[in-house]
Amino acid sequence: MLYREHYLNVSYGVKSWLLTRDHKRIALLYLMSITLFFFLGGAFAVLIRLELLTPVGDLVQAETYNRLFTMHGVVMVFFFLIPSIPAVLGNFLVPLMIGARDLAFPRLNLLSWYIYTLGGIFTLAAVVMGGVDTGWTFYTPYSSTYANSHVIATAVGIFITGFSSILTGLNFIVTIHTMRAPGLTWFRLPLFVWSNYATAIIMVLGTPVIAITILLVGVERLFGVGIFDPALGGDPLLFQHLFWFYSHPAVYIMILPGMGVISELVTCFSRKRIFGYEFVAFASVAIAVLGFLVWGHHMFVSGQSPYAGMVFSLLSFMVAIPSAVKVFNWTATMYKGYVSYDAPMLYAMGFIGLFTLGGLTGLFLASMAVDVHVHDTYFIVAHFHYIMVGGMVMAYLGGIHFWWPKITGRLYPEGWARFAALVVFIGFNLTFFPQFILGYLGMPRRYHAYPEEFQVLNVMSTAGASILAVGYLIPMVYLIWSLRYGKVAGENPWQAKGLEWQTSSPPPTENFYQTPVVTEEAYGYRSGSAGRMAA
Amino acid sequence: MDALAHQFDDLDQQHEAASLGMWVFLATEIMFFGALFLGYAIYRGMYPAAFAAASHHLDIVLGTTNTALLLCSSLTMALAVHATQLGTRKAATIFLILTILLGSAFLGIKGVEYFHKYEERLIPGSNFYFEGADGRHTQIFFSFYFVMTGMHALHMIIGVGLLSIMILMTSRGRFSPDHYSPVEMSGLYWHFVDIVWVFLFPLLYLVDRSGGFK
Repeated sequence: MLYREHYLNVSYGVKSWLLTRDHKRIALLYLMSITLFFFLGGAFAVLIRLELLTPVGDLVQAETYNRLFTMHGVVMVFFFLIPSIPAVLGNFLVPLMIGARDLAFPRLNLLSWYIYTLGGIFTLAAVVMGGVDTGWTFYTPYSSTYANSHVIATAVGIFITGFSSILTGLNFIVTIHTMRAPGLTWFRLPLFVWSNYATAIIMVLGTPVIAITILLVGVERLFGVGIFDPALGGDPLLFQHLFWFYSHPAVYIMILPGMGVISELVTCFSRKRIFGYEFVAFASVAIAVLGFLVWGHHMFVSGQSPYAGMVFSLLSFMVAIPSAVKVFNWTATMYKGYVSYDAPMLYAMGFIGLFTLGGLTGLFLASMAVDVHVHDTYFIVAHFHYIMVGGMVMAYLGGIHFWWPKITGRLYPEGWARFAALVVFIGFNLTFFPQFILGYLGMPRRYHAYPEEFQVLNVMSTAGASILAVGYLIPMVYLIWSLRYGKVAGENPWQAKGLEWQTSSPPPTENFYQTPVVTEEAYGYRSGSAGRMAA
Repeated sequence: MDALAHQFDDLDQQHEAASLGMWVFLATEIMFFGALFLGYAIYRGMYPAAFAAASHHLDIVLGTTNTALLLCSSLTMALAVHATQLGTRKAATIFLILTILLGSAFLGIKGVEYFHKYEERLIPGSNFYFEGADGRHTQIFFSFYFVMTGMHALHMIIGVGLLSIMILMTSRGRFSPDHYSPVEMSGLYWHFVDIVWVFLFPLLYLVDRSGGFK
């Protein structure tokens, strides 16, 4: 094979990676870190599901269980879901998709990975010391005064990690504004770029609020310099408002980039232009903006004014509109397209179905009267896992498969990949669908023991979780295998549109041999041609 | 010419990116302080009497002096940016040093104020003591006072560090009338920190000071 220099073989050694400013290498650093955290968070989930196999608390004690679900939530939300697509795929692809040589601030980009790692170390230290038991929500005054676990170490970890997402967001906004290739107007951008732009807005405006809130909890706990302490006349509800002001939009940090991935996959594997480009693009921005105005729906039963509740309820329903626009448009894109069922497309179709189910059950929760019944039950656990795992993780895996040839220059084994996608889909539904029923029947979340009548559904859920775990391990194995034994991919194995496919795989350090010039709209697939040539 | 980073096509694009990046960062900062201002507003609405009583324990002379120092430092900062744009290296250095001196004086005075609060047992926590009916609630005021001014002081310290780097870079002749973004961006940051104080000063020091409505 002809030797060609690209970003992976341009230099070797630990130093060339740890001091790199190449967005593609930084994306891979992130990929390794978040994979580590994904399996750590997964390990907590395994223990949770094992405990819930039987009605009595036999595997772990109540206090240990509290720590397990807290650490599961903290690790998965802050160290996997939030950075997953933006920091890995976004980092890798945004400059490639807009025809730039790198992000605007490569050093800040590297710094963001170090900040993430430092935050991760604090959180890992908290895990090793015995964990934290407040729930990932850190509600005061329990977290600030009463909790007898490692709140400070975890809080410091989250506080620090927040700045890595601020830097990533800032980098994306500036890069997308100032570094697009000639001819690449806003309405020619791939929708993945639009959705990462919308995500970046939330990262930049939301994250500082959680940072200061966590800081306030920390100083209250350490020095008694507090504003949430009811003994001083402080209002713990203020904490909930500030927390959810970030943490609800954070849900959209987690799902918007996934939606961007789906837009790329659906068009490529249907060989069609996206249906209603502008609507999908603006739906991302609308979700980002509306997402800032709905946090109160987490607090319907917390003593918030019912009038505030009504407004929050109405606004929450409104978020369903841009979300539904996206789902309809993806479906319309597939309609009369030449749909092929490669692994990334299987993930994409899984996403559309599971996200729809997760989204529709979100409407139940946005209705105040229903929420009183299902609040803090397994219904809500199932709901957000349908969005976060059924949605985001599906999209993430779909994206990793789709761009794997670009990232590594190798193809993954298609048969195994389709099989794994199916296993993930089945395992996921078996894990979380029973939880909707459990919640509807009234099983509360965050308990390690439960009445016997709930056991059948819990056993189903645990069985599903084991299948799901296998589904996640298979890609780990064959993706690593493919690094050495996979077929050489060529620059565009999917015959996909988009600038990232116009350069070689893996791309050179400078991304393009010459700056591309864009002359047409995104997704210029010629309808009516089964574009992909047989391999 | 190493002023142009490899990812940019030209200095204009680089300047535009730096400038937008700084403004986005300042938006982040506004949200950071914004949450504190929100909390302050809510509690001041809940406990107006306690906030007024507590505010009277702040040293208005030192606070006003500090406000004047900071406003002057913004002037010298603006002059430093102007001098860099014109390429007069010596003037730029002098104005940057003046800015640092004014900022440091601010921090020194702030330290003296903090020490007085410690002596008067007004630092929240177990040692806190405030005479009168509103004792408990005044502690919330002082929590805000220390967190808000503390965060502001931290930003000032970072600003002083930033300006020291700018002096170093200026003395090495890194800037020219074509390339002065780092100084300009440091200036934006400095003015932002200054503006935060312009809001902090009346909110913390001037509660119920008008005297006419007693």
